Amino acid sequence: MIRFEHVTKQLSGRNVLDDLSFEINKGEIFTIVGPSGTGKSVTLKHMVRLLTPTSGSVWIDGTEISAVNGSELSRVRERFGYLFQGGALLGWMSVAENIALPLREKTRLSEEEIGKRVAEALSAVGLEEDGDKFPSEISGGMQKRAGLARAIVNRPEIVLYDEPTSGLDPVTARTIDHLIKRLNKELGITSIVVSHDLQGALLIADRIAMLTGGTFVEVSPPKMFVATDQPDVRGFLDAQFISKKGLEGM
Amino acid sequence: MITREPVYSDVTDNVLVGLGRGLVLGMGNIGRAGSMTIQALAGMPLLFATRRQRRELVRQMFLMGIKSLPVISVVGMFTGMILGLQVGLELRRFNQEIYIGSAVMVSLLREMGPFMTGLILAACVGSSMAAQIGTMTVNDEIAALEIMSINPIRFLMTPRIAAMAIMTPVLSFYTCVLGVIGGGVVGLTQLNVPWDQYISMAMDIARMRDLFVGLLKALVFGILITGVSCYQGFTTTQGAVGVGQATRRSVIIAFLLMLVLGYIITRLFYDL
Repeated sequence: MIRFEHVTKQLSGRNVLDDLSFEINKGEIFTIVGPSGTGKSVTLKHMVRLLTPTSGSVWIDGTEISAVNGSELSRVRERFGYLFQGGALLGWMSVAENIALPLREKTRLSEEEIGKRVAEALSAVGLEEDGDKFPSEISGGMQKRAGLARAIVNRPEIVLYDEPTSGLDPVTARTIDHLIKRLNKELGITSIVVSHDLQGALLIADRIAMLTGGTFVEVSPPKMFVATDQPDVRGFLDAQFISKKGLEGM
Repeated sequence: MITREPVYSDVTDNVLVGLGRGLVLGMGNIGRAGSMTIQALAGMPLLFATRRQRRELVRQMFLMGIKSLPVISVVGMFTGMILGLQVGLELRRFNQEIYIGSAVMVSLLREMGPFMTGLILAACVGSSMAAQIGTMTVNDEIAALEIMSINPIRFLMTPRIAAMAIMTPVLSFYTCVLGVIGGGVVGLTQLNVPWDQYISMAMDIARMRDLFVGLLKALVFGILITGVSCYQGFTTTQGAVGVGQATRRSVIIAFLLMLVLGYIITRLFYDL
């Protein structure tokens, strides 16, 4: 469904992504972990052409998104939902208006139907009572959840989550993890999650990829991921107190 | 695609290479800003398609026009008073101070009205536009719009450019009216020029062409300020520092371009 072919991305003269190749299957939850500044968000941005590879190509099904422009790019992007790190809500609109935005601008749904869909999305992220508030009136974690509601309100095929649980309390973080899992199971949404939160990744991911030095040093299902002897992964797991038996307690 | 990647190039000691790069970069910026402005103008008919768009246009007209009225009123009045005083003092040496009405009217209609209005709008409205869009850019809000397949130019720039295209000529006319009144007050109180004589001289010299050229200048300035400010906002990088730089650049570039375009329009409509 999503395929990176020998993608290299150079920023400030440094190869942030270095000959990166991988494939994500339809309906999969694919989690990318790794230290800060290794290019996890850069990888995500290539999937929706917010960044273009210096060399190589990115494919979404049969379309090379790294090469299309204009209306074709818009068509591909309409298949995506994207949760940004800070939520990226428009400040002059209420939370409900923010969530309704893609429906109002890109569909011909009636206001009644839009209201229903917005209420469902708000309820899914636990913000039923906060639709009338403005982004500046809610906490950072709530802004992130509102951003998630906006990302899923249009029922996209693929949702990209950039640090969906960072800055959230552990209970809310697990709620978001379960929501990602539920969306994946019930609606078949393909999910790509960039995260530092290995506990969450081990809970929800079908496959976990570790990005270091511009390339994936390990791509495997959670059980194999925690059992690996790859030194970078081992160091990352040890730093979060996850042993080779890490999954047993979960 | 609005969201642009930063351009990196190696540092060079060669002055000519540096100048060449600067020129290419500058031309690229002018081209992109121009293309963005044309796209925004082309989207204007769609502003009347939905209630949300109409409401946004009215909101922008209120923010840009009505909220600028206090400062424009003060500047318009005092511009007329300064003009009246300076011209009147010189004319009094020849006992011709009754002509200050003509001088104030012509200066305001042809040049000072649209120019002073443009300066104020560039400083108040243009800078805030660049800061707002710049903040949206660094907060990923513009990228979020792009991913939702909502064209940021049509969504953010078109209502602003339409509001400025409507409000700048209106405010320019308002500045002229207040300026003429200010000149009249100075004439009456300090140069002993009767009010009716002042107004009669002012109206005698006023020609429709002067008014229309002035309003055309104001329209061009309004579009120019929005084009420059939005472009600076959309191309903001480097967080809060970048927003500050974009705001500063938008005001400076708009000032300079208004001077140049003001001269060109004057030259086009008035023979030597």
